[in-house]
Amino acid sequence: MTRDRRLSWINGLLLPLFNVLTAFLATGIIFLFIGVDPVEATKILIYGALGYDEGLGYTLYYATNFVFTGLAVAVAFHAGLFNIGGEGQAYVGGLGTALVALYINPAMSAWIVIPLAISGGLLFGALWAIIPAYLQAYRGSHIVITTIMFNFLASSLMVYILVNILREVGEMSPESGDFIAASWLPFVHDVFASFGYKIAKSPLNLSILVALFFSAAVWFFLWHTRWGFAIRAAGKSNEAAIYSGIDPKKIIVVTMCISGALAGLVGINELMGVQHRLFLNFNYGYGFGGIAVALMGRNHPVGILIAAFLFGILYQGGAELDFELQNVSRDIVVVMQGLVILFCGGLEYLYKPILVRFLAPVKESE
Amino acid sequence: MSDFFLTAIMTLDASVRVCVPLIFAAMAGLFAERSGIVDIGLEGKLLMSAFVAASAASVFGSPWLGLIAGMFASVVLAMIHGFASITYKGNQIVSGVAINILASGLTMILTLAWFKRGGITPTLQGDERFLSITLPGVDIIDHIPILGVVYRELISGHNILVYLAFAIVPVVWWVVYRTRFGLRLRAVGENPKAVDTAGLSVEGLRYRALLIGGILCGIGGAYLSTAYNAQFTKEMTAGGGFIALAALIFGKWHPYKVLAACFLFAFLQALAIRLQGVIIPGIGEIPVQLIDAAPYILTIILLAGFIGKATPPKASAQPYIKEL
Repeated sequence: MTRDRRLSWINGLLLPLFNVLTAFLATGIIFLFIGVDPVEATKILIYGALGYDEGLGYTLYYATNFVFTGLAVAVAFHAGLFNIGGEGQAYVGGLGTALVALYINPAMSAWIVIPLAISGGLLFGALWAIIPAYLQAYRGSHIVITTIMFNFLASSLMVYILVNILREVGEMSPESGDFIAASWLPFVHDVFASFGYKIAKSPLNLSILVALFFSAAVWFFLWHTRWGFAIRAAGKSNEAAIYSGIDPKKIIVVTMCISGALAGLVGINELMGVQHRLFLNFNYGYGFGGIAVALMGRNHPVGILIAAFLFGILYQGGAELDFELQNVSRDIVVVMQGLVILFCGGLEYLYKPILVRFLAPVKESE
Repeated sequence: MSDFFLTAIMTLDASVRVCVPLIFAAMAGLFAERSGIVDIGLEGKLLMSAFVAASAASVFGSPWLGLIAGMFASVVLAMIHGFASITYKGNQIVSGVAINILASGLTMILTLAWFKRGGITPTLQGDERFLSITLPGVDIIDHIPILGVVYRELISGHNILVYLAFAIVPVVWWVVYRTRFGLRLRAVGENPKAVDTAGLSVEGLRYRALLIGGILCGIGGAYLSTAYNAQFTKEMTAGGGFIALAALIFGKWHPYKVLAACFLFAFLQALAIRLQGVIIPGIGEIPVQLIDAAPYILTIILLAGFIGKATPPKASAQPYIKEL
């Protein structure tokens, strides 16, 4: 193997693997620190997430959200943009979905309502990303700061809308009425039942197919279309992009719209798939989780599917830990998210010098 | 008039109390950003310090030990941030996000493991927390109209950390603009190469900036849980670190302007609480959410260049890579 090949193996496979393992190891140390046996905890976690039908259903249901937000962060990363606003875009995207699913003519067929409600999520997610994108492209304000601000704005806006506008008369809790039935995405257990297979009930719904569809679409878009090429080119080098006739400003706006739209899909899983109404904080944590997923999945749709599945396991297994062990709650998953972001993101190159020295040393002759 | 006057004083008084953690966090951010490190992790450091300070104050029965422990915890996070973004030249924003999420998760896990309660620490009793100080002379000035009330309600009767917060701003100004370290700090944020060429350590300066930031954030966090409140509660910083970040930008990275921005944002928060459900003649009820969102809206408008221009230190967010 040539040295270049070895280096690409180190960068592509070994580094991410080592980084993830370090994050897990660090979690293990935290388990020991709070007096929980890490091996025991891992067993409970894996059994809870994968050991039986219902657990697996929950795992895939959580993973669906992470696919959406992970793809959102990844698309932006390819253009060299850090979209921290997935949290807000998911929230406002949910509003778009809800508006369609609440107010469309209830006599319409699900074949029309569902695509429209999904488009509502895409549109509102994109709209919530377009102002930060415009400000970054044309007014020079930093996208990280503006998207953070927009997360808080989204949260205030949604509280206002739910409390003052969408809340039904006489209801105490700030949530909308029920979506029309045609907008409900079928549960996977119901779909299986209609074919005669019986599987345990879980919140897993057909959003997972939407997630798979968009993973494939993002892959095709980024690597097999003119726009995808332009996005990746602008992300690698602004100047090179300009010389090849690409307008980086336009790229920023388009990329952020796509990114926001993808984040806006969290609502279809949570709202159209499971709760069938709009409520406060349904998006909680998925936007930030998406950052971890994108970093872990190296911004590639296949990597993101794997990372999202892993985070699905952690979310569902974490709930099981909460239930089984006295000393630990599912917040351990948040700690793991933080560690994954730290070791796969901030400390991405921690092991590079060592791996390069041992596996791909510079030879005297080269 | 006296009714309105008293309400105004009370609102200002509440603003002062809300302002304190913002000041500490914003000054922390000022050091970091002036040295060229974007510090998204202010929120996480505040939260972690609030938790550790409340825990230590409760276990050892002393707010001072709590304060020290809180500062230590915040410095540890700052050093992790430094290790990732200075030594390993990783993405500063990513490691800042990591710190926020880590703090959010760790505080929840540790409250449960240490105190068997999810998300809260035991309530601090009596002198386990920082108590308010009555300044000398309250009785003497009290009978003077207006001035007496202002002195009694607004100026006197805060705890020591409040006074420290307001005292620290001129010190920060002095350090940044009048000392050798401050000159180097500003230089390293604008042009690290020049600093390197002059034979100074870019990394060393940035680590020192983060260390100071860690200490300041630590005090801010300790204030929240051992002075402003009497215990740690889940996510008690409630975005204060981000408001401080907004204030830092709004104040254009200048200590006094940042202080003014902190006070403005704190005043808006205090006002939001006052105005809850109040109907203003001619306007109607102002949505509380709008006032809550005002700091962010104002900062975005500023960033968009519609009211002045906020230009961050030139080298911010760029790791310094020495050429060989």
